[in-house]
Amino acid sequence: MSAAPAYSEDKGGSAGPGEPEYGHDPASGGIFSSDYKRHDDLKEMLDTNKDSLKLEAMKRIVAMIARGKNASDLFPAVVKNVACKNIEVKKLVYVYLVRYAEEQQDLALLSISTFQRGLKDPNQLIRASALRVLSSIRVPIIVPIMMLAIKEAASDMSPYVRKTAAHAIPKLYSLDSDQKDQLIEVIEKLLADKTTLVAGSVVMAFEEVCPERIDLIHKNYRKLCNLLIDVEEWGQVVIISMLTRYARTQFLSPTQNESLLEENAEKAFYGSEEDEAKGAGSEETAAAALPARKPYIMDPDHRLLLRNTKPLLQSRSAAVVMAVAQLYFHLAPKAEVGVIAKALVRLLRSHSEVQYVVLQNVATMSIKRRGMFEPYLKSFYIRSTDPTQIKILKLEVLTNLANETNIPTVLREFQTYIRSMDKDFVAATIQAIGRCATNIGRVRDTCLNGLVQLLSNRDELVVAESVVVIKKLLQMQPAQHGEIIKHLAKLTDNIQVPMARASILWLIGEYCEHVPRIAPDVLRKMAKSFTAEEDIVKLQVINLAAKLYLTNSKQTKLLTQYVLSLAKYDQNYDIRDRARFTRQLIVPSEQGGALSRHAKKLFLAPKPAPVLESSFKDRDHFQLGSLSHLLNAKATGYQELPDWPEEAPDPSVRNVEVPEWTKCSNREKRKEKEKPFYSDSEGESGPTESADSDPESESESDSKSSSESGSGESSSESDNEDQDEDEEKGRGSESEQSEEDGKRKTKKKVPEGKGEASSSDEDSDSSSSTSESEMTSESEEEQLEPASWRRKTPPSSKRAPATKEISLLDLEDFTPPSVQPVSPPAIVSTSLAADLEGLTLTDSTLVPSLLSPVSRVGRQELLHRVAGEGLVVDYTFSRQPFSGDPHMVSVHIHFSNSSDTPIKGLHVGTPKLPAGISIQEFPEIESLAPGESATAVMGINFCDSTQAANFQLCTQTRQFYVSIQPPVGELMAPVFMSENEFKKEQGKLMGMNEITEKLMLPDTCRSDHVVVQKVTATANLGRVPCGTSDEYRFAGRTLTSGSLVLLTLDARQAGAAQLTVNSEKMVIGTMLVKDVIQALTQ
Amino acid sequence: MKMIHSLFLINCSGDIFLEKHWKSVVSQSVCDYFFEAQEKAADVENVPPVISTPHHYLISIYRDKLFFVSVIQTEVPPLFVIEFLHRVADTFQDYFGECSEAAIKDNVVIVYELLEEMLDNGFPLATESNILKELIKPPTILRSVVNSITGSSNVGDTLPTGQLSNIPWRRAGVKYTNNEAYFDVVEEIDAIIDKSGSTVFAEIQGVIDACIKLSGMPDLSLSFMNPRLLDDVSFHPCIRFKRWESERILSFIPPDGNFRLISYRVSSQNLVAIPVYVKHSISFKENSSCGRFDITIGPKQNMGKTIEGITVTVHMPKVVLNMNLTTTQGSYTFDPVTKVLTWDVGKITPQKLPSLKGLVNLQSGAPKPEENPSLNIQFKIQQLAISGLKVNRLDMYGEKYKPFKGVKYVTKAGKFQVRT
Repeated sequence: MSAAPAYSEDKGGSAGPGEPEYGHDPASGGIFSSDYKRHDDLKEMLDTNKDSLKLEAMKRIVAMIARGKNASDLFPAVVKNVACKNIEVKKLVYVYLVRYAEEQQDLALLSISTFQRGLKDPNQLIRASALRVLSSIRVPIIVPIMMLAIKEAASDMSPYVRKTAAHAIPKLYSLDSDQKDQLIEVIEKLLADKTTLVAGSVVMAFEEVCPERIDLIHKNYRKLCNLLIDVEEWGQVVIISMLTRYARTQFLSPTQNESLLEENAEKAFYGSEEDEAKGAGSEETAAAALPARKPYIMDPDHRLLLRNTKPLLQSRSAAVVMAVAQLYFHLAPKAEVGVIAKALVRLLRSHSEVQYVVLQNVATMSIKRRGMFEPYLKSFYIRSTDPTQIKILKLEVLTNLANETNIPTVLREFQTYIRSMDKDFVAATIQAIGRCATNIGRVRDTCLNGLVQLLSNRDELVVAESVVVIKKLLQMQPAQHGEIIKHLAKLTDNIQVPMARASILWLIGEYCEHVPRIAPDVLRKMAKSFTAEEDIVKLQVINLAAKLYLTNSKQTKLLTQYVLSLAKYDQNYDIRDRARFTRQLIVPSEQGGALSRHAKKLFLAPKPAPVLESSFKDRDHFQLGSLSHLLNAKATGYQELPDWPEEAPDPSVRNVEVPEWTKCSNREKRKEKEKPFYSDSEGESGPTESADSDPESESESDSKSSSESGSGESSSESDNEDQDEDEEKGRGSESEQSEEDGKRKTKKKVPEGKGEASSSDEDSDSSSSTSESEMTSESEEEQLEPASWRRKTPPSSKRAPATKEISLLDLEDFTPPSVQPVSPPAIVSTSLAADLEGLTLTDSTLVPSLLSPVSRVGRQELLHRVAGEGLVVDYTFSRQPFSGDPHMVSVHIHFSNSSDTPIKGLHVGTPKLPAGISIQEFPEIESLAPGESATAVMGINFCDSTQAANFQLCTQTRQFYVSIQPPVGELMAPVFMSENEFKKEQGKLMGMNEITEKLMLPDTCRSDHVVVQKVTATANLGRVPCGTSDEYRFAGRTLTSGSLVLLTLDARQAGAAQLTVNSEKMVIGTMLVKDVIQALTQ
Repeated sequence: MKMIHSLFLINCSGDIFLEKHWKSVVSQSVCDYFFEAQEKAADVENVPPVISTPHHYLISIYRDKLFFVSVIQTEVPPLFVIEFLHRVADTFQDYFGECSEAAIKDNVVIVYELLEEMLDNGFPLATESNILKELIKPPTILRSVVNSITGSSNVGDTLPTGQLSNIPWRRAGVKYTNNEAYFDVVEEIDAIIDKSGSTVFAEIQGVIDACIKLSGMPDLSLSFMNPRLLDDVSFHPCIRFKRWESERILSFIPPDGNFRLISYRVSSQNLVAIPVYVKHSISFKENSSCGRFDITIGPKQNMGKTIEGITVTVHMPKVVLNMNLTTTQGSYTFDPVTKVLTWDVGKITPQKLPSLKGLVNLQSGAPKPEENPSLNIQFKIQQLAISGLKVNRLDMYGEKYKPFKGVKYVTKAGKFQVRT
């Protein structure tokens, strides 16, 4: 179906009364009378089974979004199609979802599971696109899900998925900046990636999340330099800009000792400029000569950067060229910066926006490094067809480039410009001439003469601008220019531009001794027209009067007094003030004699000539090419370009040492090897095992350390030293790197622990080397704990590994290895397990009872007395299984009649339900007498979502629209299982399906009873017996799909607790965590 | 770098006809700052590309009578955004044949799909035309008919494999029955000629545009007779830079379809041949409401080729009311509103030089214009690269078939301006 009709239909359809522009579209008016109706129409199309209709509807919706129309009310209808088979429908749904998810967070959660499924797809592109959409939905509640997904994707085999992970990092960061530390870990990992695909994206993430962590770059610096040329253009820009900053912190300024090194530098630098190979060679020789008191030698890494970025000056992308240009400008030795000029000049052929930006940067550069652009002077010549803003920038550059030798040509060009029809441009040219005249003494007279000629120009703006510039020029050598001042004085009759008039008056006043005859006459004329002048002119008239009074009071005394009295009654208070002030100063009176004696010194002091400067001077303290530079103001998020360090920081930080390298690559290899086995769902079981810090995993690590020390003692005779060393290593790694990542450990354990339980020593070593230190928080908990645990464990130290084995092997995911080991040690271990179980059971203080309290959500109002015209309806979630359909939540509905007439024929009217939700109506209540109450039970299948069930409650006479929205805890029913079963099931629901949250239990909520009651009140779950006190487990199944919901609350530390929910239904899990925490912390 | 937050497309009359947000929604009202700047700028060309507002920065481009206004929140290299926006406009051009309001509105869904693929969270994702075309098929009349019958869609159901390879610019599995590779060497002369006819500034800018329809994964190398002529070259990412540096050979695996292989500047040491000259006499009399206008064009250093497609455009001063001209060849128009005189000359035949002369009517009472308008000249010379650049040979490796190869040369006037 083509898009065209879709759009026009939308246009037509959107013709509401508020939109006159489409109001007269005849095609639409008849069919769709209002927005409301039209949306109904779209909803219908979305609900059909026909993909073509859905597509048509989605196209129209997207067209609405494109126009900026609100289509948010279609959210429920659209979101259902997220799993649609048709790929185009799906894509458009994604577009919609990303646009509106933020506004409709609860509903957006319904789509999450689709993406979660996508994250595990064998096709890398589907994985990537699922992650992309998931991370684009700005719903804070899914932050933990996003975090997990990103972590997982960061170690995906496909570089494309890893790239997507890098893209997702800033998204998550902007959603929840508390995740920074974890994200930095992911960034660090991705920075080590060797593919070009990932490099640009991860540096972008780095710049966004942690630009200050320059230390993360060290080890990757050389790799980034070498990859650079193969990275895609956008990534190149980001990397180059980051490396510029990096280099400024790590290397010494190449210009600092230039004067000392002149001769030597020339050789090296020119060599490298002409031919890179040769340049590198000469540098090596220079490096060889290092001890021979050479004060500055460029760090080879610095050189590497310059060498590897240079070819990119030939990129087709203007952004890349500009990035390299700024890098050279900020980092290269003076003699080498020249190479960028050619490339920048090339960009002047590009679009006018590109020209605009490039010229701004050239203007700044040309002040510092004039020589570099001089050969290209003519490329900045101005065409009459250039836009004014480009003309003015080119003029700026031309002015900066003008020097003794080229000034004649430049001035000739300026002459043509002065005759342009574009008056703004002419004014700028006149100023440019003034600047040339101040900068280059030789042409000052020529310029001045030229400007004076312009005074007879027909255009007043030109004349005015000339006067202003002449004034500035005259200040430099006034004595020689009496004639010009006279000429200017004559102009006061004609020229009307206030700024120019003011300038002339100031000039005459300042140099009145050069024009003694004319000055009083000018004052006379100005006194006449004083009241009609602009404010700045008035001020200068007062100024002129004062000065003349001081030099030539005979002729001007009366005039001055006249002017001052006029000014005294002026409307502008500045002028009144000035008049009063001036009068006090110049007119001698009895009291104020002291000041007026010095009045001449005050008014006629010699004044320094103004310096005409470029507005681009000193702009280079902003990084060139940046937005801040362009605006000449610090933009939000601008990273200051640091100054060169005094002393070079240790260059060895960038060394990627060989041993470490191999270790690293080993690790990498191992990871790669492991991937097919561990990377997916199984891999997740590791970290989560330790993350919930259930007693088993703890005892595991503990028993290991104890057995380790034990073995250390026993073998101390044989080779003491070795052992010590080993032990030290083992301890060091444990304490330093904390308990590391449980993942690796457990992984290692499974295969190795098969036969030999005593291999723990070796084990801990290898685990420390493979560590990733993800769960640092864990370590604290463990370190506080050991005392109590150590005491307990020694007796069972030998058995512990065995039990652990069981728990691990119970994770059915490891099916192949699990079968084997069970058989030989089975007899021992199972019995041990039973042993332990028994032990723990006796330990537990709470007899596993199944409390089934009533829902926390007590009676809720469905219909208020007033709205119901006397009929009051409440409902409760009874938590009893609904007899008709086990998938339904049973809801008790209480009716009472508070009116004084009987209410007849109470029943449920035609429900209008979202997809999947169904209702089992209650039998009709025939009559409800006044004051009487009745209770009915109805079943609602909420389809495992918290969407509201909307239906009508009808009486014989009336219909009431009501809706029941279930709290998430009511969507499940308790199941009963043993601790072992629980753990087994929990093992299957790791990774993405697990949500963990830390919380502080308030004092009121420390006792077992309270905790259990609060949890079960919030969610309809059953208590699972538990081996340890202070740990609570609950289990349930969602009603519709029967998915398990497992809840673990670990409150072993005073106050601090950790809540874990494992469920296939991620959304339910997430919401449940939220609800339970709320209940517990209230 | 947060990059691009939102994009608004605005037409010349100030209607926002499309908006796309990559993060939270930014209200349309942010464009008011843009309109304000536009008003201040008087004409469209002078709207500053970067505008600072209290909470955002607006970076805009003007293409084909449309404004592409992007909303930025934090520091970002402005050229990065500008380059990207032009890439978007190029893509529209590529997909719809033109980048106009009507084309965008007609294909709004495809536009949206494209924008969705091109940026992720405001950072460019897939911008190569080859990849995009795998993801989203361009509309053709045939396809839209077929689609409406079969109900199939424009979105490719194959996944973009190019995105994964290390040559992201080429799609996999290209197949043609006729394998062809064409190269157009197009050179443009930029020049400023002063009143007296001497050259103030002239240089040659060239591009090589390629149209490659070759099956499989061909590896091409293109060599020149005189590569030293090329002074400053910028490359398509497919070109192997090292090979050029060492051997001056363009070696590359080409994208499929049309693309710009290189653009170059001919070194400024070489004198630039100026193929045409203009004799002109334009004068406005003081204190009278008329002036004289007389221009003649003739061939100069044209290397024996015919100069064709000549047009002369003159922006006359504001005081000019009308022009009464006669021409010996071609036709002329004068727009009294914009004051633009356009003379479509056509071919030059040396026997009879084309000229345009007559009277200029000025607004009475207004002072005479000080400046004579400059003349902007367009022309074209087929089968000639004015710099003398010549392709030596094209070799193909990696595939067995024999492709059909062709090179075409053309010289055009670039920014060619004669001051009078």
